[in-house]
Amino acid sequence: MANDERKPLRNTLILIAGLLLFWEIAYLIVGEVALRSPLETVTFLGKLMRTDIFWPHLAESMRAFAVALVIAIVLGLLIGFSLALHRLSGDAMEPMLVALYSVPKITLYPILLLVFGLGISAKIAFGAIHGIIPVALFTLTAVRSIKPILVKTGRVLKLSPVAMVRSVLFPAAVPEIFTGLRVGFSLTLIGTVLGEMFASQHGLGYLLMNAISLYNVDVIMSVTFLLVVFAAGVNTMLLAIDRRLHRR
Amino acid sequence: MRAVRIYQVAVIVGFVLLLEVLCLAGVIDKITMPAPHIILRDFVLMIVHRRYFSDIAITMTNVLIAFAAAFTVGVLTGTILHGYRTARDVLDPLFATYYAIPVFAFYPLFIVIFGLGDGPQLLIGFLLGVVAVIVTILNGLDRVPTVLKKTARINRLTALQTTMQVTLPFCAPYLLTAAKLALAYAFIGVIGSEFILARSGMGYEIGFAYTNFDNATMYPLILLILLMSIFANGLLSRWEKLLLARRGQH
Repeated sequence: MANDERKPLRNTLILIAGLLLFWEIAYLIVGEVALRSPLETVTFLGKLMRTDIFWPHLAESMRAFAVALVIAIVLGLLIGFSLALHRLSGDAMEPMLVALYSVPKITLYPILLLVFGLGISAKIAFGAIHGIIPVALFTLTAVRSIKPILVKTGRVLKLSPVAMVRSVLFPAAVPEIFTGLRVGFSLTLIGTVLGEMFASQHGLGYLLMNAISLYNVDVIMSVTFLLVVFAAGVNTMLLAIDRRLHRR
Repeated sequence: MRAVRIYQVAVIVGFVLLLEVLCLAGVIDKITMPAPHIILRDFVLMIVHRRYFSDIAITMTNVLIAFAAAFTVGVLTGTILHGYRTARDVLDPLFATYYAIPVFAFYPLFIVIFGLGDGPQLLIGFLLGVVAVIVTILNGLDRVPTVLKKTARINRLTALQTTMQVTLPFCAPYLLTAAKLALAYAFIGVIGSEFILARSGMGYEIGFAYTNFDNATMYPLILLILLMSIFANGLLSRWEKLLLARRGQH
């Protein structure tokens, strides 16, 4: 029904309007000392984007994030599939991965800094370890819950392990794996930004931390706004694909 | 089950041994990481000499406050929200995108608004956890069987009585899941904030030790945080499994 399809869009619009209203009211209460209004934030973001200092930071963040995401996806899929194909390994490692998932990984960041040194590699490693675990866990669950008949058919056809993964396991598990990738995307972004907020010289996270010491509310508001819009925008897109895949 | 246990122990022991060998062989240098047995020695010394106990106390207090706030507010909001279909529909996109947003990016803003202190840290820990609690409670309330609700109506329970005596008890396993999530997020939020910018706490001390190449402090503190969060998570998971097993759902 057309009406039903338009409903989520209407809800999203009401939600965005509500959040903007909340922001504006908070601004009116707190005042110019610590907050900027939505309009001022967007205006300043536009101004910031026309300066030369902004783009190298954005580029650095995006590069770190992209590399981290690729590593997280490749390693996550690899770990997920290998654990799923070996029953005992999967049973043993799954709870350990879950425990690792809930650990405050930020405490591990100094170790990464000591291993990789200050610079982009530590950030990439930090972003990647945030993303690997959810991708691996979702892949593991997805492959395990594939109907046994599909696997048996593959075995009857004497598929090699590679052919089995490529033409049976992967296609059957795609919707769940995609959910994992979506979560992995978000967590990798969070990890990368978080890494930049500590002992970093470049990137959007650094820009945020630097703005605190300069007490530059404009920069804080507009960079936070940019990060939120980017994260929420991409996630909404991925969520739409995710839901379509699950409906198949 | 036994084989799984042996496998897990083997993985952990193997990993530690590998680190030990790499450290002793000099592949990993001392500035990067002391050998595991030295970390363990420093860890024991830290506990015996009660070093950093005041920081540990500050962090634990903040984690507990953030956890309690996220859990209470989350359960209340979830329970109330469950009755309002439209409000739920409108908030649904927020719930779906919430965990994609880097909440830590708000930390600088909170510092500017509330000043550098416990406030911003508590707020980050609270914000990270509260939505997970709401979503879990809504999920649990959706699964309350109609027969229970009808029984409540036949007995003419008020809305409050129905919630307290029928629906919330039914949702006990979900409450536990929610508590587990809220606790994990409180840990991440508080320690992460301390780590980024703070004046005290375990995260702050780790950051401070890092800048001073003080590995004898940094590694034992990291180990302590990992052990505490894994222990708390394991405890709640076991309880959760027990509850589900009693219901025959697993």
